[in-house]
Amino acid sequence: MAFESFSALVYMEGHGPYVWTCYGAFFLLLGLLAWYSVFERRQVVRAQRDQQPLQTSRQGDSSDWGRSGEASFQRIQSSHSETASKS
Amino acid sequence: MWQFFHKLGSPKWFYGIAGRFMPWLLGAGLLLSLCGIVWGLLFAPQDYLQGNSYRIIFIHVPTAFLAQSVYMMIAVAGVITLVWKMKVADVFVRSVAPVGVVLTLLALFTGAVWGKPTWGAYWVWDARLTSMLILLFLYLGIIGLGYAYSDEKTAARSVAVLAIVGVVNIPIIKYSVDWWNTLHQPATFRITEKPTMPAEMWVPLLLVVLGTYLLFGWIAFYRMQTEILRRERRTRWVRELVQTGGQSQLKTGGA
Repeated sequence: MAFESFSALVYMEGHGPYVWTCYGAFFLLLGLLAWYSVFERRQVVRAQRDQQPLQTSRQGDSSDWGRSGEASFQRIQSSHSETASKS
Repeated sequence: MWQFFHKLGSPKWFYGIAGRFMPWLLGAGLLLSLCGIVWGLLFAPQDYLQGNSYRIIFIHVPTAFLAQSVYMMIAVAGVITLVWKMKVADVFVRSVAPVGVVLTLLALFTGAVWGKPTWGAYWVWDARLTSMLILLFLYLGIIGLGYAYSDEKTAARSVAVLAIVGVVNIPIIKYSVDWWNTLHQPATFRITEKPTMPAEMWVPLLLVVLGTYLLFGWIAFYRMQTEILRRERRTRWVRELVQTGGQSQLKTGGA
């Protein structure tokens, strides 16, 4: 151990604030990067999950439409839904 | 070798293989860097000239090394994008450019904070510091240019060209301390020579350098997987993966 006590480690003969600021920034920024990457992954997967039943019901047969507990609107083929399904 | 190269072109194959490597990269990376940091902070001896402020070296050098290496990798991926039009190469460029920004920012910040007790100034317009600042702008340029085009192929080509042109900055960073009279100290590690520091100082530094390279591998693979999922969202394998796989398969690759 290069330091005699915990306070000596924190103080580092006056250089403590510089050293600890750097280590703080290092862990903070790398932590943020990891967190943001996980957040992005979750967003992509969630967006895909939300979109998928929509796509399959559009492609699937009409018996899928009147499921219990869901709104009982009848789907009408419109120009908008055509373009949406193409995209 | 060529078969491997061809397989690498398939995002699905890459997604799977990345998932297999990731736990090892993360585990070994964390272990090495944390060991090196604890060793460097608590056990390495004081520097006879700089005192304890030199302990910043254990994060400054790894981030600066990696920031430059990542740029080199991006430039190589740029060449692969232009010559072989490999999708995964562009996925790499776009996924790791933000990592490069973070690394360059960290290298600049830790350098500036280290500069205060050592040189008496946070910033000087020195060749090494300025060329590192240019590296930061190059990374930001790559990210910005990627968003500037709606067509992914045009964006990939433009980003690749910028990455390749910008690589001229890397030897300038590396040799700036030899070519000009700078405040910055000369290179810590040279391949051809023994380090000038004692082993109790350079061994922990080497551990952190190796550890951060492995951690970079992990974050690069993870971000590339996300980008592949986003780009390939209309393909069958991604739909099946999202529908049936759940979190465990998504983490390990599933393909």
